[in-house]
Amino acid sequence: MTNALEIEGLRKTYGDGFEALKGIDLHVRKGDFFALLGPNGAGKSTTLGIVSSLVNKTGGKVRVFGYDIDTHLSDAKVNLGVVPQEFNFGQFEKVFDIVTTQAGYYGIPLREASVSAEKYLKKLGLWDKRNTPARMLSGGMKRRLMIARALVHEPGLLILDEPTAGVDIELRRSMWTFLEEMNREGTTIILTTHYLEEAEALCRNIAIIDHGQIVKHTSKRDLLQQLSIETFVLDTETTMAEAPELDGFSVRLDGEGSLEVEVRKGQALNDVFIQLDRLGIKVVSMRTKANRLEELFIRMIEENSQESRKAEESLA
Amino acid sequence: MSGMTSAALFTAFRTIVVKEIRRFTRIWVQTLLPPVITMTLYFIIFGNLIGSRIGEMGGLDYMAFIVPGLIMMAVITNSYANVVSSFFSMKFQRNIEELLVSPVPNWVILAGWVCGGMARGLSIGLVVTLLSLAFTSLSIHNLVIMVATVFLTSALFSLGGFINAMLATKFDDISIVPTFVLTPLTYLGGVFYSIDLLPEFWQGVSMANPILYMVNGFRYGILGVSDVNPFVSLGMILVFIAVLTAIALRMLARGKGIRH
Repeated sequence: MTNALEIEGLRKTYGDGFEALKGIDLHVRKGDFFALLGPNGAGKSTTLGIVSSLVNKTGGKVRVFGYDIDTHLSDAKVNLGVVPQEFNFGQFEKVFDIVTTQAGYYGIPLREASVSAEKYLKKLGLWDKRNTPARMLSGGMKRRLMIARALVHEPGLLILDEPTAGVDIELRRSMWTFLEEMNREGTTIILTTHYLEEAEALCRNIAIIDHGQIVKHTSKRDLLQQLSIETFVLDTETTMAEAPELDGFSVRLDGEGSLEVEVRKGQALNDVFIQLDRLGIKVVSMRTKANRLEELFIRMIEENSQESRKAEESLA
Repeated sequence: MSGMTSAALFTAFRTIVVKEIRRFTRIWVQTLLPPVITMTLYFIIFGNLIGSRIGEMGGLDYMAFIVPGLIMMAVITNSYANVVSSFFSMKFQRNIEELLVSPVPNWVILAGWVCGGMARGLSIGLVVTLLSLAFTSLSIHNLVIMVATVFLTSALFSLGGFINAMLATKFDDISIVPTFVLTPLTYLGGVFYSIDLLPEFWQGVSMANPILYMVNGFRYGILGVSDVNPFVSLGMILVFIAVLTAIALRMLARGKGIRH
């Protein structure tokens, strides 16, 4: 099956000599919901910028649904919709005009473009604002406008660079629902996000990029299985002066009525409750301390930074 | 390379032109009204008040002499200003990215912007022409030369505006060429006088000013009077258009100032 996106040996060195990408390989299967994660300056936006023709590459290959951007750029672009990180529409133009104009750039006549624009503006809750100049929209509406604009030509691959940055939680959830629906209907989605909870909730496959290199490229499931320790926060009815001792578990008191318990891979969470019950400590609620993916992400980035430092030191 | 059919290419081209026309008509107080007021003042002050004391220029009533030049001046400045401000604004607001991610070929982008600039330049030229009829009567000596000269000149300065916008990195950069190059060349391009009035040396210098050819070509089309051969004038404009088109397309292909 053709991949929605294939990247081979992609390199980018900016004019000031900064090497943003050091030869990355990446593939995203058709129909996938894929997350490209990494800290600021890791190379995420540069990668997506090259795929969407906003950044010139220094070397390597990029194919969108099999179309090489060096030889079949136009075909690659037709299959691609892009939602950038920054607002990039004419602030004085009306919402409907922005979306239909974008369709026009893809050669879609106004009548067809109007139908498609109506469909997506309605789905994204912007139809009532269709005659409003873009600058009058709230931040969340502007983000949704960029999604409608990216979808108006019905691309097979939708790329979203930080789509929910600065969006309140309620709206973020509704955007997730919309993106999941688009994905179910067959659109391949690649997103970058700082909200790892978002990647964990939505994506099936994940790549982590750091210092211009792919640190990890695997399924979310495999990635999460690598998480050897998970920390749970247990809120108790009983107040405690010190942390109770639980056989086989590391426990820390976090305030008088809250415990942090580390559970290693293979350990049963039931054992925690059995032991607490014996001690007469009643648990009223439980949550994971940090997002699971976040714990892994931080660890991988730290490990990669240490390796990079070691490599630099050995070269020096 | 292009996956777009000719119908799709035409739709994309029309989209850019319509967007450009929508832009300058939406802000008509900034784009359409000022040149009309400026040109009316030129007609009143230079044509009526001062012109009546000057008498004849190039064998013609002074008002009739300056009208073609003033129309061309309006066409040149507005064609240039439309493209340079519109394209630079798109760079500044980053909505140029809407085009860069789409499959529109560079030549369609360029053609769309040039036609947008021509739409404003020629609209204002038409308004100024109608306005001039309130001050003098105009007859057309050679319609083909008149129309060809004004259309090609408008296209040429739209191209100039496009290149300026590609090179510009801040708003100051889009006013440097109009202020320090375009305005002096237009004023010294025989709008208000015949170069016969100049000493021989300055006549020679004036011949190096491309705007002189455009103004005189257009004046020939209307009045049948010119300091230069109108066909030489048309030829020069075509050569300039070819050169600037090649430069603009090369800049677009390299992504000069629009791609990292």
